[in-house]
Amino acid sequence: MEWPLWEVFIRSKQGLDHKHVGSLHAVDAQMAMENARDVYTRRREGVSIWVVESKYIHASNPDEQESFFDPADDKAYRHPTFYEVPDSITHI
Amino acid sequence: MMQTPDPQLLFDLKVAEEQRIEPKDWMPEPYRRTLIRQISQHAHSEIVGMLPEGNWITRAPSLRRKAVLLAKVQDEAGHGLYLYSAAETLGVSREQMIADLHSGKAKYSSIFNYPTLSWADMGAIGWLVDGAAIMNQVPLCRTSYGPYARAMVRICKEESFHQRQGYEIMMTLAKGSQEQKAMAQDALNRWWWPVLMMFGPKDDESPNTAQSMQWKIKRFSNDELRQKFVDATVPQAEYLDLTIPDPDLKWNEARGHYDFGAINWEEFWEVVKGNGPCNRQRLEARQKAHAEGEWVREAAMAYAKKRVMSYEL
Ligand SMILES: [Fe+2]
Ligand SMILES: [Fe+2]
Repeated sequence: MEWPLWEVFIRSKQGLDHKHVGSLHAVDAQMAMENARDVYTRRREGVSIWVVESKYIHASNPDEQESFFDPADDKAYRHPTFYEVPDSITHI
Repeated sequence: MMQTPDPQLLFDLKVAEEQRIEPKDWMPEPYRRTLIRQISQHAHSEIVGMLPEGNWITRAPSLRRKAVLLAKVQDEAGHGLYLYSAAETLGVSREQMIADLHSGKAKYSSIFNYPTLSWADMGAIGWLVDGAAIMNQVPLCRTSYGPYARAMVRICKEESFHQRQGYEIMMTLAKGSQEQKAMAQDALNRWWWPVLMMFGPKDDESPNTAQSMQWKIKRFSNDELRQKFVDATVPQAEYLDLTIPDPDLKWNEARGHYDFGAINWEEFWEVVKGNGPCNRQRLEARQKAHAEGEWVREAAMAYAKKRVMSYEL
């Protein structure tokens, strides 16, 4: 039987988010962590690693991308450029 | 109400606009199949590619060279793993890919079916084989399938050390004793032509190229990449004062490129078909390693399950 698949997320340096870098196979979290270190951080590409078994990731469906994200489409007033401020007004 | 757009049109549009295709996006079946074939072949090449160099780790001439070669071979294992991971996002399992490699159904780069006879081969491989791989791989960083492109970015960052350490070995030998220089020349003589074959058949005999270029999986044709490689490599050989084993090699002022002699395609196809000098040896080494690891894989899995059960008590 194939070992479970894990997704790997790495924080490249303090102050940055963890970012998805790929996947690997491991029997448990400890092995996933050690394999992630050896596969994805051989040149100090990370200061922190998250691993999560791939089966626990729920992803949005790209086929419904339009309708799923469209509530954001008609709300231009959420952006600062929506508002008119005279040129003479600064620091705003 | 908006109409649901035709998925094929949407796909074509994304590719035309240089957007990346991501794993769960709709894609044409032949695109998926082509990617699975190409990415898994590429992964297999990284993995099988460890064997000819692994052959010299214990016999490297100094601790420095040994540490470097070990690190390089370890990188190649990493490259294989990045690529298997990218291929798995297309719905093929790791187990299936490995099974296809071991049954001989899946191919890997023909270059790794040549033997590594002397230490100078470690120089020639790093310089030429990794050099050719870089030519191929750099444009793949912009390939249309997201996970493949991202894996290639990671790989390309690591490859340049591979080529440089190889060139350094060649430089050391070329500046050494007459015997050492002869070793370097002999390695160049044996690797030159198989390396040119790494770019694959000539354009007019490469039926899949047009489609792959249209899908933006490929950015340059085999012949274009081969020419780029020759143009880049000739001055490097001149610096080493080594002779490229091709009497027809000469600068063509009008084309602005080097002309080079005819490749022995019969040899290429023989190696692809499994009749190269080391095809059997390579496959047997992979099969043996996999079979002998079976009990380890099972034991690790059983141990992990047992630990989970003891948490749950
Ligand atoms: Fe590699
Ligand atoms: Fe390499």
